Amino acid sequence: MQREDSGTTHSPDQLSVPPDGRPYHDQPQWRNDFPIDWPHDELVARRDFTKFLVLTSLAFTVGQVWIAFENFARRRRGEPPIRPIARVDALPIGKAITFAYPEPHDDCILIRTAADRYVAFGQKCTHLGCAVTPDVPKNCLRCPCHEGAFDLASGRPTAGPPRRPLPRIKLEIRDGVVYATGVEVRAS
Amino acid sequence: MSLANPYEFFVDPSRCIGCQACVQACSECDTHKGKPMIHLQYVDRPQSVQTVPTVCMHCDSPTCAEVCPADAIKRTADGVVQTARKPRCIACNNCVLACPFGVPKMESDFQLMMKCDLCYDRTSSGLKPMCASVCPSGALYYGPRAEIERQRPRSRPINTFRFGNQTITTKVNMMVSGDSAAPFVDVTAAMHDEPVGLDDVGLWTED
Repeated sequence: MQREDSGTTHSPDQLSVPPDGRPYHDQPQWRNDFPIDWPHDELVARRDFTKFLVLTSLAFTVGQVWIAFENFARRRRGEPPIRPIARVDALPIGKAITFAYPEPHDDCILIRTAADRYVAFGQKCTHLGCAVTPDVPKNCLRCPCHEGAFDLASGRPTAGPPRRPLPRIKLEIRDGVVYATGVEVRAS
Repeated sequence: MSLANPYEFFVDPSRCIGCQACVQACSECDTHKGKPMIHLQYVDRPQSVQTVPTVCMHCDSPTCAEVCPADAIKRTADGVVQTARKPRCIACNNCVLACPFGVPKMESDFQLMMKCDLCYDRTSSGLKPMCASVCPSGALYYGPRAEIERQRPRSRPINTFRFGNQTITTKVNMMVSGDSAAPFVDVTAAMHDEPVGLDDVGLWTED
């Protein structure tokens, strides 16, 4: 009842009466800027706003770091590992060693054909999967099962039943160590 | 003004027996566990057993909110003055010093002013405030105005107070003697009155 007497026609839910009892449009501006009544209050406090800014910025920063990490991980994903096979001085010219790459059951063979020439192939014959053996003087790889033969330099079939070349292992020599860096599977 | 809630709060200090039930009930509330928001005041304790329960009077022009420099004390649309908003309260104690009724208290552990909010969680859903629900003598009453006028014909509710030159109208009513025609209750009257009985033992002299 007191409220109606004081003439607060500002708004139906403007309940609080200023101490001098005059209506709201006669009041100084700050009284409208900082209302006592909850419905008129702007609920965002400075502290809330600061908290929002800090947390949002933090979230963006974490997101950027995560995206960078994901990009790095994606570029490496699915690639064959880079794995050392043998030291250069441990493999005489014309000799070969076997190794497994990229999986433990994928047998491969590394052949040093000249002082600075190395070739490596998957050891499974592309005919029926027998292990091929190098014949460096004849410059070929032979499969004993069906007399298949492959070119030593390129791995392409030269004789017998095989029609497809051997998978070639990409090699890299760093600091006197031969590394396998990938597998090149060829259709023909 | 029309409030959806037809219930009003009435404080009748003459019925208070000082049992502290309201204080205990208040401090059981989960919104401020262990901290009573109602104050049970002793009046002239050496001479009298009179106690006065003090709840927030929920002024139409809340002095606590007027003096708040951080804009932290808000009054909801149904006229209830709330505890200071935690994100805003700067624990400056202005409201504690300014309230004519001595209601707000600073909880220095929380750096937050906490005060009676008429059990806003309960009254906004139609329940009685904790204190009024346990008061055994009816000193704290929450219900329809017609009912208390019928039950206590020798008292009348008043919601106008004077604090110095400040006139305060409140949402909470104080029951005064039906004989008195005073239009308001002078909050500070006791400060100016001669303390009762002290002159008999020579502790008080007028001049």
